[in-house]
Amino acid sequence: MKALRRYVDKIKPNFEKGGKYEKLRSTFEAFETFLFVPDTVTTRGSHIRDANDMKRTMALVVIALVPALLFGMWNVGHQHFLALGETTGLWQSFWFGFLKVLPLIVVSYVVGLGTEFFFAQVRGHEVNEGFLVSGILIPMIVPVDIPLWMLAIAVIFAVIIGKEVFGGTGMNILNPALTARAFLFFAYPGWMSGDQVWIAGLKHGLRAVDGFSGATPLAEAAAGHLGNLPSAWSMFAGTIPGSVGETSTIAILIGALILIYTGVGSWKIMVSAFGGGLIMGLILNLWGANAYMQVPAWEHLVMGGFAFGMVFMVTDPVTAAQTETGKWIYGFLTGIMAILIRVLNPAYPEGVMLAILLMNVFAPLIDHYVIEANIKRRLKRVKVTA
Amino acid sequence: MEHLIDIFVKSVFIDNMIFAYFLGMCSYLAVSKTVKTSVGLGIAVIFVLGITVPVNYLLQNYLLKAGALTWLGPKFADVNLSFLSFIMFIAVIASIVQVVEMVVEKFTPSLYTSLGIFLPLIAVNCAILGGSLFMQEREYANIAEATAFGLGSGLGWFLAIIGIAAIREKIRYSNVPAPLKGLGITFIITGLMGIAFMSFMGIKL
Repeated sequence: MKALRRYVDKIKPNFEKGGKYEKLRSTFEAFETFLFVPDTVTTRGSHIRDANDMKRTMALVVIALVPALLFGMWNVGHQHFLALGETTGLWQSFWFGFLKVLPLIVVSYVVGLGTEFFFAQVRGHEVNEGFLVSGILIPMIVPVDIPLWMLAIAVIFAVIIGKEVFGGTGMNILNPALTARAFLFFAYPGWMSGDQVWIAGLKHGLRAVDGFSGATPLAEAAAGHLGNLPSAWSMFAGTIPGSVGETSTIAILIGALILIYTGVGSWKIMVSAFGGGLIMGLILNLWGANAYMQVPAWEHLVMGGFAFGMVFMVTDPVTAAQTETGKWIYGFLTGIMAILIRVLNPAYPEGVMLAILLMNVFAPLIDHYVIEANIKRRLKRVKVTA
Repeated sequence: MEHLIDIFVKSVFIDNMIFAYFLGMCSYLAVSKTVKTSVGLGIAVIFVLGITVPVNYLLQNYLLKAGALTWLGPKFADVNLSFLSFIMFIAVIASIVQVVEMVVEKFTPSLYTSLGIFLPLIAVNCAILGGSLFMQEREYANIAEATAFGLGSGLGWFLAIIGIAAIREKIRYSNVPAPLKGLGITFIITGLMGIAFMSFMGIKL
């Protein structure tokens, strides 16, 4: 470590004002602060001293995502060999999935960070760390067989239109990872939905054994084949077809615990989002107009991307509501909308992505009215005491 | 009754004036700087749409449509005045807007000054005329349906404008690239909001 520090210090002058590579300053800074906690301190005003900065906050989220990611890799292999009708060991499945998922991650990071660095150089600001999380989220919410060039285009779209035009990390209004997914979903629907895309190889002409459909539980439920739904346990454990990281509720809950324990993700949003989903599910159960509405409310919570979205996406501190009361409202409405779109809208098998985007759009409005209400309440208090 | 609720919900979310048809963009872009003024304009639009659509519905069905004049007598059965519909609709809209303007000026002068030219410009807001023309095209069965459609469209427009106003208040201090400041970024936000509103497309009521 010491040697590295010395080396960084040695090359640092080159990147400072007047140095040889002055233009690449923000790139250098990004790598330096990635390696070491920055030693710059604020000089004015009172501030809270904390070793935690944005890079380390982002790193915590990435750590929280690891269980779901590892499970997702195994599941990719598991589903693939299941489709072939072969039985394989744990490691063989994992290794197959690892080789499938790794290119997605590499493309997402290289393209995304490349765009970020490019923008940082052109605009002369620091490289934003926000993409550390988006870059791992994007591969986890796409079908495993997505062509890499599509992924690259979606990542560029998300980083530029979703984030950089607003001024970079912390300024965006929509979650960049979901922007990428929405872009893919509307631009290349053939690769984002249907029964073929969720199993590695099926889209490329792999012949599945008879009786293997590859449909996700959501597709089965939407088609009204409630009998074909996998058991609740396997939906909870995650041995079902789906996007890479979204299937296992157990792995996601581990991530949720990490987020809540470290305070990075808001437990209020998570709790109210799951509550909203459950309540909407119960209302639909009472209505019960078709087979889909009779899916037990709690099963909705373990199906599809609900758990993943409500733990990792809704809680994004930038695009979520900022006020404490607002968080309850925001989470609750997201949960409701997710189930509502999923069940009532035949155009989309899954509603979580669009529900979160929709509530991202209205989060500033929720905040606005929460603050207005606070102002009104306090003014009233002033009048009473005066 | 259920049918009316369907029409209402459909016009608020699924056939949203802004995000599904991109109508009424001029005042939507220009007045959405603060939530407060956009709430005022939004309510004015709800009011105007809620009145003009049913009024124009009556005009359409008892005056303009082919055969609408039969109530005057059998010899009017084949009179078709629908070529007049544009001018009639616009006249109705303009007069209603005048009323709204007077009411706003009388009761909330501060809102009146902050809305400025955009209040009289509601008269030429495409969402308003669009509402009447959609009413004509979709041939609603009775005046209650037309009213539900008018109020719903207005509410959809209202939601859109206060949504973007809150976002614009939030990003006021964001480091937006200079060429995109102001209208440019607002167009991009509108597009992104449109993606979010795609969540309702395809719902059948």
